[in-house]
Amino acid sequence: MELVIFLAMAVLAVSSGIAVFVVDSMARATFALAVSFIAVGVELILLDMGYLGIITILMMVMEMAIMVVFMIMLMMNPGGLMPMSMFHNTRGSWLISLGTFAVLATGSLLIPWPVREGEPPADLTRALGEAIMGSKMLVMIAVSAVLFATMVSALVLSTSRGRYDS
Amino acid sequence: MTLQLFLLLASALFSVGLFGALSQQSIVMVMMGLELMVNAAIVAAAAFWAFVSPSQPDGQVLVLVVITAMTVEMAMGFAVAIAIFRASDVDMTDLAAELKQ
Repeated sequence: MELVIFLAMAVLAVSSGIAVFVVDSMARATFALAVSFIAVGVELILLDMGYLGIITILMMVMEMAIMVVFMIMLMMNPGGLMPMSMFHNTRGSWLISLGTFAVLATGSLLIPWPVREGEPPADLTRALGEAIMGSKMLVMIAVSAVLFATMVSALVLSTSRGRYDS
Repeated sequence: MTLQLFLLLASALFSVGLFGALSQQSIVMVMMGLELMVNAAIVAAAAFWAFVSPSQPDGQVLVLVVITAMTVEMAMGFAVAIAIFRASDVDMTDLAAELKQ
């Protein structure tokens, strides 16, 4: 049963990922990307990472809801009214991405991966919370500084005229 | 479910994202490709953690950091896209060729 769900979600994730670059409207592309992220979130839940799966789904749905506004703002082909190709260098991209897939897929099938060591703790979310608040606190401190810097620099970059411009 | 299946899924997502990032003309669509590649990284990191060393919390923290990186990427990407659009009316990668010089 889990395998069936895994395969269905894997097909959904990859096909909606492909749909991102196939559909003719960039707003639709954004929703296709959201579907792909939701499928990946379900895969995480299948791995018993309930908390991370749910925050992936929630964050990405919100992110795409914001992104669709920017997409409409910068859309190349509004409402599919002016059919145009949004691609360049299609052949080279095909070759490079198919080559990358071949290398990664053979690697993931042929490399003798290490065997599983240890058992997962009973409550994964609790283990994650204790790691964040204990041994891995430095990671989260760094992340908070990065997020703050992101907020400041995104505002600085995107305002049309700052306080010190003339 | 095996580690190999998850890694195959991650490779497929990564390649689709790479194709998009290389082939799209619109700057925001390039960012969609980048997001798909980070998506693949999430799958791979989570699968490695679950199938190789589930007793340590490191893998979960790594996934958390990757999700944060994706958010930061989107915010900065849109900020740069808006900045370059304001500066020179550019919304396609081909028009931003002077960045090369």
